Amino acid sequence: MIPARVPVQRPRDARLLVVSAGGRMSHAPRSRLVDFLRKGDVVIANDAATFPASLHGVHERTGSAIEARLAGRSSLRSDDVRRFIAVVFGEGDFRMRTEDRPSPPPLGRGDRLRFGPLNAVVEATLDHPRLIAMRFEGSIEAIWEGIARHGRPIQYAHVDTPLNLWDVWTPIAAVAAAFEPPSAGFVLDWTTVQAMGERGVGLASITLAAGISSTGDPDLDRRLPLNEPYRIARAAASAISRAKRERRRIVAIGTTVVRALEHAATRDGVVRAGDGVADQRVGPDTRLRIVDAIVSGTHEPDSSHYQLLRAFVDDETLAEASAALEARGYRTHEFGDSVLVEKSDARNAETAGTAGNASNRLVSATDELPELSLVQQGDAVTLLAQPFDLHQLASTVAACRL
Amino acid sequence: MNTKLRIAITGGTSGLGLAFVAELVGRGADVAFVARTRARVEDVARAIPGTIGIVGDVSRKEDIYPIALQIIGNLGGLDVLVNNASSLGPTTLKPLADTECEEFELALATNVLGPFRLTKALLGALAASAREARGGVVVNVTSDAAVSAYPRWGAYGASKAALDHMSRIWSEELASEGIRVLSLDPGDMDTPLHAIAVPDADRSTLKRPETAAREFADAIAAAVPIGGSGRSGGSGWSEANVETRA
Repeated sequence: MIPARVPVQRPRDARLLVVSAGGRMSHAPRSRLVDFLRKGDVVIANDAATFPASLHGVHERTGSAIEARLAGRSSLRSDDVRRFIAVVFGEGDFRMRTEDRPSPPPLGRGDRLRFGPLNAVVEATLDHPRLIAMRFEGSIEAIWEGIARHGRPIQYAHVDTPLNLWDVWTPIAAVAAAFEPPSAGFVLDWTTVQAMGERGVGLASITLAAGISSTGDPDLDRRLPLNEPYRIARAAASAISRAKRERRRIVAIGTTVVRALEHAATRDGVVRAGDGVADQRVGPDTRLRIVDAIVSGTHEPDSSHYQLLRAFVDDETLAEASAALEARGYRTHEFGDSVLVEKSDARNAETAGTAGNASNRLVSATDELPELSLVQQGDAVTLLAQPFDLHQLASTVAACRL
Repeated sequence: MNTKLRIAITGGTSGLGLAFVAELVGRGADVAFVARTRARVEDVARAIPGTIGIVGDVSRKEDIYPIALQIIGNLGGLDVLVNNASSLGPTTLKPLADTECEEFELALATNVLGPFRLTKALLGALAASAREARGGVVVNVTSDAAVSAYPRWGAYGASKAALDHMSRIWSEELASEGIRVLSLDPGDMDTPLHAIAVPDADRSTLKRPETAAREFADAIAAAVPIGGSGRSGGSGWSEANVETRA
């Protein structure tokens, strides 16, 4: 496919490949997405706002220029911005392909890093020369200010103009959480949101800290995605539970939504409001319990996003979709075209659910399942809401290899 | 999850803005305020503990997203945005015929484009707040100069009229998302901005900014689902009083 090189979230000529539950392919302008949604569908989007997570600075011991890309933290709490997992590059910037970027100087525990107004200390190296846990110094407010003023959005060589935050925040961005944009959400401008409402399609949001998509290092890339903290809002939890009860569809905007919802439903198939950390991989062996269809970018077969689509349809259908994208010259990457993939009839056989009654568009937060407190959640569900120890991250990361 | 009302206010270090920050904190809200001068921001943040001071200029396009990130970053989201920062345009009021284009542009950048950009950047957060039945309110601070054609108030009056009209259109368009957009006129107040505009005014006839701040806080309390009746001195928006409206 052709990389989309211009940072326009909603190009007028953006296209949509629709793969129906029966395996039929059709092509449409992406602005007509709403035509493929049904009355009663509940659309769930990721409302994570994107950090300017690329920090250029200096490794003090050697004086070398480095770029640290923030890549993970243990929760979404607003005061949890001291400690991050980061991928570190040597000199250079996004204009050079990540594959060609020099390594950083050897990094050791206790090394001091300076990024403009921000000072940080390496807390641990995580069994790869580019992967570290680091801690910012200063007050929480000063850290937010330093990131906001000094950081730039992470970007790759296929877009050659420097990105601004307004290029990467989706229109619905609400919670500062993502390290790269949950770009499937670019499709949701307010006109589309309004059209969905008029059609009787519900909208709710969750937050998942979308991590970095590529490091240019094959060893590191195999470990992606890293663990990602998420938060299920009360309105989303109640909209999902009502839709499931009434056999209406859940449409995820983006792979991050699938990961969050399916992780939250791991225990008993119910998505409850609260915080968690998604540590699973979604792939061909995943039995989707919540999501019935996904809107996503177009992805190359070697990516984790593509693997996730294998949970929705068989490999033959995906190969056919890839061939169709290729033949029609669809554009790929974050500013590219999109696909809408319905969970196939075969995958759907045991859960059979189609259109039902209309839902209220704005779901009242009072009509919902009781909210689990963090403590209850931590007790009840393995790994949910357990802040992980950064020093033990190496083993955590290793454990989630494919 | 934060159960206090999360409010951001621009122009928070003097006049109505400063009184408003104090009033809202007194009612138990989590408040972030924005102003241009670092020393003033730090002074106010020290004087009113618990507030988040953000240095930024809403008239500058490049400042908007860093401001927005710090607001939702520190507060964990946003329930209410108050666009209060204002510029007269020319520092000494003049007839339009003597107003420099650059002075008019400054009034528009501060009083119209700034609120437009900041509201747009924070719309996702405000819509999420509305979906959670917490808040989702924008307050734009207007003036009677937006309605009456006062000679020598051309740049300010025209920009506030634009803000006023923009508020009404936002309000129509965002109703379906559950977001309320209010345009509130505090009246003639005894503030630094008024002193610049009308240096020889009889200050005893002017409204205290604290009074206007109380009225504004009541208007917000009436508009948000979260919190209480908005009576000043009541429990306000503290954790004890966060039942969501059915």
